[in-house]
Amino acid sequence: MALPPHATPLERVSHVGVRALSVIVLGYLVLPIVIVLPLSFTSGELLVYPLPAWSLRWYREFVTGATWTHATWNSLVLAVVTTAVATTLGMLAAFGLQGLRTRLKPALYGLLALPLIIPLVMVAVALFYYYARLGLVGTFTGLVMAHTVLALPFVVITIAATLQGFDGNLPRAAASLGASPLQTFRLVTLPLILPGVLSGAVFAFVTSFDELLVILFVGSPEQRTLPRQIWSGVSETMSPAVVAAAVVLIAVSLLLMAVVELLRRRGERLRGVTRP
Amino acid sequence: MLALVAPSVLFIALFFVAPLGLFLYRSIDNFEVPGWLPRTTDALSAWSGEGLPDEAAFRAVAEDLAALNGTTALPLLGRRLNHNIPGFRGLITGTGSRVDPARPGRMREQLLALDARWGEPVYWQTIRRERHRLTAFYLLTALDLRYAPGGGIELASGESAIFLGLLGRTLGISLVVTVLCVLLGFPLAVTMAGASPARANLLLVLVLIPFWTSLLVRSTAWVILLQNQGVVNQLLIGLGLTTRPIPLIFNRVGLYIAMVHVLLPFMVLPLYSVLKSIPPELMRAAASLGAAPGTAFLRVYVPQALPGMVAGASLVFVLALGYYVTPALVGGPGDQMIGYFIAYFTNTAVNWGMASALGTLLLLVVALIYLALGRVVGLDRLAVR
Repeated sequence: MALPPHATPLERVSHVGVRALSVIVLGYLVLPIVIVLPLSFTSGELLVYPLPAWSLRWYREFVTGATWTHATWNSLVLAVVTTAVATTLGMLAAFGLQGLRTRLKPALYGLLALPLIIPLVMVAVALFYYYARLGLVGTFTGLVMAHTVLALPFVVITIAATLQGFDGNLPRAAASLGASPLQTFRLVTLPLILPGVLSGAVFAFVTSFDELLVILFVGSPEQRTLPRQIWSGVSETMSPAVVAAAVVLIAVSLLLMAVVELLRRRGERLRGVTRP
Repeated sequence: MLALVAPSVLFIALFFVAPLGLFLYRSIDNFEVPGWLPRTTDALSAWSGEGLPDEAAFRAVAEDLAALNGTTALPLLGRRLNHNIPGFRGLITGTGSRVDPARPGRMREQLLALDARWGEPVYWQTIRRERHRLTAFYLLTALDLRYAPGGGIELASGESAIFLGLLGRTLGISLVVTVLCVLLGFPLAVTMAGASPARANLLLVLVLIPFWTSLLVRSTAWVILLQNQGVVNQLLIGLGLTTRPIPLIFNRVGLYIAMVHVLLPFMVLPLYSVLKSIPPELMRAAASLGAAPGTAFLRVYVPQALPGMVAGASLVFVLALGYYVTPALVGGPGDQMIGYFIAYFTNTAVNWGMASALGTLLLLVVALIYLALGRVVGLDRLAVR
C-alpha cells in the first residue's frame, strides 16, 4: 500500500512501523544463512567469528575426503535416477489427466498429490515397515522408489499447470497444415511444454538431492548421501566440513531453482501469458 | 487417457498407499498372540478371568511355548507381551526354553516351579484380553488409557501416561509457531504487496532463498548460530547485553526461533499472492467514504486478506505438527514432538504398534484440519513442502 499524500500522522507511523518490521523479518529470514555459510572458509576448527584466516581447507576435505565424495556421488546417482523415473511417470500422468473429462480427474489428481500432505516422518517409517517385508531395506531400488513417491507430486503438479495454459488448437493447426503427429509433437507441442517438463524434473532432482528422512529409515549404513552425512556431522562432530557440504547443497538447490524460475518466465512468454 | 495416468496411480498405490495403509493397520494388528498361542487363547476364552485358569490352560501354554522354542517367534512374542506388562518377555522366553510338556505330572506345578509369575492372574488376564486378532491396546495407550484390572477402561497414570502430554506439546508448539508466523509474516506480505514490481521481485527472491534452502541446512545453521559460543551469543556479549552466554539451543526458545524461520515462507507466500490481488482503490474508496484508517484496514483490508492468512496458517500448522528434523537438532529432550516418538518407537524401542498408533493419531489430526479448512485452502495451495 503506497501512502496517499493526505495520510494522517497515525497512518505514517504505522506505515513506517510495518516497513521496519518487514526489514527485521527479512533479515531474520536471510541473515542466518548468509552468516553461517562463510564459516566454511575458516582455516580453524571452530565455527566462530572472527575467522583466524580465510582458507579453502574444508572444501579441500570435501573434495578429497572419501566420506564426502562418496556421499556426493551417492546423492547424485540417486537424484538422477529418481528424476528420470519421476519425470517419465509424471509427464505421462499429467498428459493423461489433461485429457480426462470425468469426475475421476480431481480424485486422481488428489491421489497423486497425497504424498505431499502426509508428514514426511510417517512416509519414511511406513516405507521402512513395508520394505522390511519386501526385502527392499537398504537397496538402491527401494530408495529410488521412495524418492519417486516424494518427487512425483511436484512433477505432476508442475507439468499439469503448464498444460493448463496449453492451447489445444495449436497441434490441431499444425496437423491441418500437414504436419505428421510426430512432427506436431516435436515442433509444436514439445517446445511449448518443455519448460514445464524441465521444471518438474528440477523439482524431482532437488527433492531427492535434499531428502534426509527416507534415507535415515530405509537406507543402509553404506548408503550415505550428502544430507545424511550432514545430519550425522551435526549430531557428532560439527566440523566446518559440514558447513562446506551445506554450502554445496544450497548452491545446487538455488542454482536449479533459479533455472525453474527462468523456465517459468520463458514458458509464460511462449504461451503469451502476460503477468506483471 | 486413463492408460497414461495408470502407471503413476499404480506406483502411488504400491509405494505409498499400501505402505501407509499397512503401517496404520499395525496399530490394531495383534497377530502375535492368537497366532503363536493358539491353544492357550482357545483355552482362555472359556475362562472367566477370575483367579487362575484350570490345568487345561497351563497345559496349552506349555505346549504353545514349547512349540515356539528355538524359533524367532518366541522372542517376538515375548517382546509383544512385554508392551503390556514390562517383564513379560522374560517370562515367555524363560518358560519357552525350559518347559517340557511331555514330562508326566501336572503342568501347573511344572510352570509354577519354572516361574512363580504363572501364579499371578494378571499375566493370564493379559493373554486372555489380547486373544483376538485385533487389539485396541496401542491406540488406548497412545491416548493414555488402559484396561482396568477389573474390566473396562481407565486413565493410565505414572510413567506410561506421557502421550496426551506429548500430543498437547505437539499441538502447543505448532500453535505458537503458527501465531508467530502470522505476526511476522503479515507485515512482510503487506510490504511486498504494496511495493513496486521491481522491489516486490527482490523481496520475493529474499523470501524464496530460505524457502529453497533445504530444511536440514537451515536447522544446521541455527545449531551453529545459537550454541553457547555461537554468533548470536557473541553478538549479545559484544553489545554488552549479557555477560554470560544465554542458553538458546536445546530448549524451547531455540526451537521456536528455528521452526518459525523454517516455516515462515509457507505463511508469506500464500498470503502475498492473496494480498497482491486486493485492489488498492478499495482502501481509498473506504477512506473517501469517511472510514477512519483503522476502520478501513480492519473492515476492508483484513477480510480480504483472511483467505490468504487461513491458507498460510493452516499450512504452517499442519507442517509443524509432523516436524522431526528441526526439533531433533535444535530442541532439547523436553521439546520433542510426536514425529520424534514415532521414530523412537520404530528405531529404538522397536514397538511398531506404538509407532503406528502415534502415526494414526498424527494423521487423524492432520486429516481433521484438512477437512475443516480444505474448502478454504484447496489441495493445490498446500502442494508445497
